[in-house]
Amino acid sequence: MRRVYMDHAATTPMHPEVVTAMSEAMAGVFGNPSSLHAWGREARKALEEAREKVAALIGAEPGEIVFTGGGTEADNLAIKGVARANRERGRHIITSAVEHHAVLHACGDLEKEGFRVTYLPVDGQGRVSLDALSESLSDETILVSIMAANNEVGTVQPIAEIARLAHERGAYLHTDAVQAVGQIPVDVKEWDVDLLSLTGHKFYGPKGVGALYVRRRTRVLPVISGGGQERGLRSGTQNVPGVVGLGKAAELAEAELAGRARHAAALRQRLWEGIQRRVPGVVLNGPPLERLPGNLSLSIAGVEGEMLLLNLDYRGIAVSAGSACAAGSLEPSHVLRAMGLPRETAVGSLRLSLGRDNTEEDVDYVIDQVASAVEKIRSLQVGAAGH
Amino acid sequence: MSGGVDSSVTAALLVQEGYDVIGATMQTWPDLGDEVEEVRQGGCCSISAVDDARRVADKLGIPYYVLNFKENFQERVIDYFLREYTQGRTPNPCIACNRYVKFDELLRRARALDADYVATGHYAKVERDEALGRFVLRKSVDRGKDQTYALYNLTQSQLAHTLMPLGYYEKTVTRRIARELGLATANKPDSQEICFVLDNDYKRFVAEKAPEAVRPGPIMDTRGHVLGTHTGLPNYTVGQRRGLGLAAEKPLYVVDLLPEQNALVVGSGDEVLSDRLEADDLNWIAFEQPDGPFAAEAKIRYGATPVPCLVTPRSDGSVHVDFSRPLRAITPGQAVVFYQGDLVVGGGTIQRGR
Repeated sequence: MRRVYMDHAATTPMHPEVVTAMSEAMAGVFGNPSSLHAWGREARKALEEAREKVAALIGAEPGEIVFTGGGTEADNLAIKGVARANRERGRHIITSAVEHHAVLHACGDLEKEGFRVTYLPVDGQGRVSLDALSESLSDETILVSIMAANNEVGTVQPIAEIARLAHERGAYLHTDAVQAVGQIPVDVKEWDVDLLSLTGHKFYGPKGVGALYVRRRTRVLPVISGGGQERGLRSGTQNVPGVVGLGKAAELAEAELAGRARHAAALRQRLWEGIQRRVPGVVLNGPPLERLPGNLSLSIAGVEGEMLLLNLDYRGIAVSAGSACAAGSLEPSHVLRAMGLPRETAVGSLRLSLGRDNTEEDVDYVIDQVASAVEKIRSLQVGAAGH
Repeated sequence: MSGGVDSSVTAALLVQEGYDVIGATMQTWPDLGDEVEEVRQGGCCSISAVDDARRVADKLGIPYYVLNFKENFQERVIDYFLREYTQGRTPNPCIACNRYVKFDELLRRARALDADYVATGHYAKVERDEALGRFVLRKSVDRGKDQTYALYNLTQSQLAHTLMPLGYYEKTVTRRIARELGLATANKPDSQEICFVLDNDYKRFVAEKAPEAVRPGPIMDTRGHVLGTHTGLPNYTVGQRRGLGLAAEKPLYVVDLLPEQNALVVGSGDEVLSDRLEADDLNWIAFEQPDGPFAAEAKIRYGATPVPCLVTPRSDGSVHVDFSRPLRAITPGQAVVFYQGDLVVGGGTIQRGR
């Protein structure tokens, strides 16, 4: 049975060169980067080289990169760190209804600490309204957090515009760029953002390692306290092999960025056209153009996403649908509901996300299997709205 | 797979027999968000149960999914449960779950995954009886654990796609198999509660979810004299003696619940006995339809001993049942299930207990 992984938005396999770089670091560079001796200095050197590569990928200075344990941690540091450091200046935070749960729940935690949070609505394609943002901004606003690209439907937000509006009112701008980094060009100077989150496992690097870009002179308090590593913003001995992997992945992403985008877009087009041809009653979720090149989010009438997902899993194909709740069963995505999709459509949604390792044969196999699974499920009329 | 020893061993036995097995847990409980983790630990149907089931599936090398059954279960089981109490009846949610969820919606989803059967850890035998030309349900080998009372609603097409291997095993043997296979759940205690009322306080549950059903009202004797006040009909069940709050020379028992008047009727020990009942919403397994009165043994509740009776079908599909001796507390809303030896003939819902 052919096995096809088409869930790159959830995570990506590590690039072979990343694995090599990490193995070498694990075997050879074990010192604590904070130690003064030669072993420490060697580890420190590996850390700083990786820092430079990550900075280069997003157009930042190396000194502006803080290594964290992933994107969720970076989001928490950005949002809670900025809010708590600036609470004398204001208590209002603006974010969007389609953010990742890390951002939404970090904001939720801050609401319990006395902050007021506005969750901006989005249009039917998942785009944040700049007018709604303008209206929401006030002198009380200290932070705006809007993701660069959405993980469910791939919508790319106009971050530079958002930054301009936020700065006009004296608020910091944080962007969760976890999905965008490595897929589309990201430049913190061009966008003029103050904080940006990224994580290795979305661009062929390791899991459990990420970074927060913190522009110089941004007022931010750490969430994790301790020995003062990472400019005091994230204490704890750094995960040197992980960071080395992150750096390598960043280096490869920068070199291959244009090629990866072209490859993903071409396959996505082939996949979309093929599914449309073979499956009646399918619609695209999100904008046709300003979206991540590898993301295909669609809704299939009369077919529950959960059933389709399991069926495809049984045929060796990995895709995603909705979001898994704590127990592990699927709930319709909050993003699709925020976009105004009716419940039956949201429940019938599937996300396929292509990566550098997918081929035309993969795409053709998936088209076949999706068509056949949909036909079977429709004929059995399983649990779609109304049962 | 509930995370318990029965469904774990069922999966293991089927894998050993060469079936292509997929493990699944139906998530029937709501997501809790901020609630403290302790509340959900232990017992059937919780995140820790999912963890247990997943570990067993991993050990057996089978795929494992948690399926979203929240809406389906709410509608078909929980709402039914609350509705019955509101109508002065005592519900049996496991029967509703088997009928509408486990062997209906779950079976549909299983077929969509190309599965031929849904298998469960029920203590019951599902067999093809060539003499009758039908699929039949029989009591399990372990008579103490027999669960056929809750399974009488299964239709031929459902039975054709059901496997219940534990019908052939004593529970002690099931546990031994679990230990031999090194399953983590071997020593897990059996869960006894209603799966969606974790603390088993169903009165609290009904009061919270259907407060309009729990209103104080009059307690009357069988001649209509008011003797006192009850705290809400769902807090009582036919045959109940304790908790009435009445002083009387002779013991008083709940005889009837009258939801239209919100009244509780109590009577003497004799008045709670009856040797007949009416039932409807019948499902027949041993035959297509009864072609006349027949003799059987009937259970009027899960834990009852089967009692010989005569079942007389009516033209509207309901049945009248006469028992060989008076029974205590025949309760509307409960099921009456008819047996001939270990064969389940069929069953229905008790409408009147006299």
